[in-house]
Amino acid sequence: MLKIQDLSVAVEGKEIIHDVNLTIQNGETHVLFGPNGAGKSTLLMAIMGFPKYKVTKGSISFKGRDITGLSVDERARMGIGMSFQRPPVVRGVKTRDIVAACLKGHGDGESVEQLAEKTDLKDFLDRDINYGFSGGEIKRSELLQLLAQKPELTLLDEPESGVDLVNIALIGELMNDLLEKNCPIQYRKCMGLIITHTGHVLDYVNARTGYVMCDGTIGCIGDPHEMLATIRERGYDECIKCYLGRIPAHEEN
Amino acid sequence: MKKINASKTFKDKAKAATSKAAAYGKDIDLNKYVSSGEEHPYQADPSQLPPKTKEQMLGAGVMLDDPSQRSGTYLQMDNTPIHSSIRQDGVEVMAVSQALEKYDWLADYLWKAVAVDSDKYTANVELNQNDGYFIRALPGQKTVFPVQACLYLAQARLVQNVHNIIIAEEGSELHIITGCATASREEPGLHIGVSEFYIKRGAKVTFTMIHSWNPETAVRPRTTTFIEEDGLFLSNYLLMKPVNSLQMYPTSRCIGENATVRYNSILVAGKGTSIDVGSRVFLNAKNARTEIVSRAITTGGNIIARGYIEGNAADVKGHLECRGLILGENGVIHAIPELKGNLPGIDLSHEAAVGKIAEEEVIYLMARGLTREEATATIVRGFLRVDIEGLPPLLSAELKRAVEASEKEVM
Repeated sequence: MLKIQDLSVAVEGKEIIHDVNLTIQNGETHVLFGPNGAGKSTLLMAIMGFPKYKVTKGSISFKGRDITGLSVDERARMGIGMSFQRPPVVRGVKTRDIVAACLKGHGDGESVEQLAEKTDLKDFLDRDINYGFSGGEIKRSELLQLLAQKPELTLLDEPESGVDLVNIALIGELMNDLLEKNCPIQYRKCMGLIITHTGHVLDYVNARTGYVMCDGTIGCIGDPHEMLATIRERGYDECIKCYLGRIPAHEEN
Repeated sequence: MKKINASKTFKDKAKAATSKAAAYGKDIDLNKYVSSGEEHPYQADPSQLPPKTKEQMLGAGVMLDDPSQRSGTYLQMDNTPIHSSIRQDGVEVMAVSQALEKYDWLADYLWKAVAVDSDKYTANVELNQNDGYFIRALPGQKTVFPVQACLYLAQARLVQNVHNIIIAEEGSELHIITGCATASREEPGLHIGVSEFYIKRGAKVTFTMIHSWNPETAVRPRTTTFIEEDGLFLSNYLLMKPVNSLQMYPTSRCIGENATVRYNSILVAGKGTSIDVGSRVFLNAKNARTEIVSRAITTGGNIIARGYIEGNAADVKGHLECRGLILGENGVIHAIPELKGNLPGIDLSHEAAVGKIAEEEVIYLMARGLTREEATATIVRGFLRVDIEGLPPLLSAELKRAVEASEKEVM
């Protein structure tokens, strides 16, 4: 279980996330909607434990342990994994090397080659990680690493952005694999938190709970499909007016 | 060494250059070293050399216990050739002094690519006791395994004067591994190595040089390669062990159409090491190509990493990539990439970057479960990654060990 209580997060001294509460039970996938700049990525980064994202208040617990003070790698080894939206190129480090490092400790599973086959990245194993990769290739490469890592909590930041129609079905399939969607609910352990701006990801991955985040706070919790229908109809402006009680900046004049 | 033709002229030119400082690098006082050393006995079976000597040679990529992966071997201790042998037809390996006795025409190749009066170091080679290897691939002959050569500095305070001639005749293919090493880990010495390469039409040469000196050695190699039409020269250089002062600027001249040259250099400089290393290519014939890649890491030493490409003919293309990583305190990397184009229609480019390990990359790997130390080591290993053609497994292991040693210094 992931339990976030009264969490506030600052970046370079400026508070971005305010008093967020969120709980994901084992086997559940939740979706975080929100306009650009709402603080969705900041929340994911804070859960993963990136040093730049300072928790100023509240706590993050994972599998019953307070992880607020743990480093990124400690959280990764506890079972939290994240797909990066814009991962860095690491020259000289091959995709194969990272996948092999992710597989460490999961030796009973699939091999690097099998996972690369599944993600259609066999030709990328001996290339420098992320070097010259297209948008879709980056997404698949991130999922390839996560499939090797086998996290219990997967954090996905806009998994559908920049992906063409050919790739999106495969990416949806890989996400379902990662989140154990083919496993009966009672046996499912893996949790997911997916950020989406457009909501397209819901066409491929089923999620139990949705949140809307605006201005660094979560104002709405509910059925993600219903939420998406409302957002599609009225836009995020309605959310801002509804739960923040303010007029969106672009409507002020 | 016996030189048949024109040696008087060379001697005269050399005498006039005995005080001529090199264009780059610290000026070495040659008077601090002795020019003549003791003679060493010939070794018909180099596997009988003392284990310590063999181990040091192995550290520079020279395998003496199992030569089955080599097509020939040349060993020089100080200024004495102590062994030369071949295991494959179509390739010749011997001391230059011996080759000059055998071939009258060879004198025409001496000091043709490298000028005898380039500086006081080349002059010193001509004017003092010297020898070196003669490696030649006969026309159309292709070696499968590399020829290995070791230039070994045994006597303390000696100047080792080396003059090598490498000829790849038309349509031949030659792989060479040259290792340089010292007997002592602390005694000073000076190595001056002149190498003249002649790659004829359609020939291919891969040359891998591994330096394993000690922290008191000064090194001044002087190398030039001529590449004729459709010729290919791949040069790899590894320096991962400490050295006191090393300066070299090997040069290739593409003199035939479609001549291609590629330089890879891997440089690691710890505290007390000062190196000035570059690669220089003149693209003098139509459609000639070059790529120069260097990777430099300092853990406290000074590195000047140079590169120079000059385009002097139509449709030539060259790229220079120079990357430096500063790890630890007090290290300096000065990258100097230079391009000169002398006519329209040429394509020359360069990229240079010097810096520390990007925190973003470390964090990315940590998010996959690697500790900070593992992530840093992975990035350093990736930076130094070399996929060098013809590198034997033992040498790869040696390279890996050297990289790990560098990593330990960093941590």
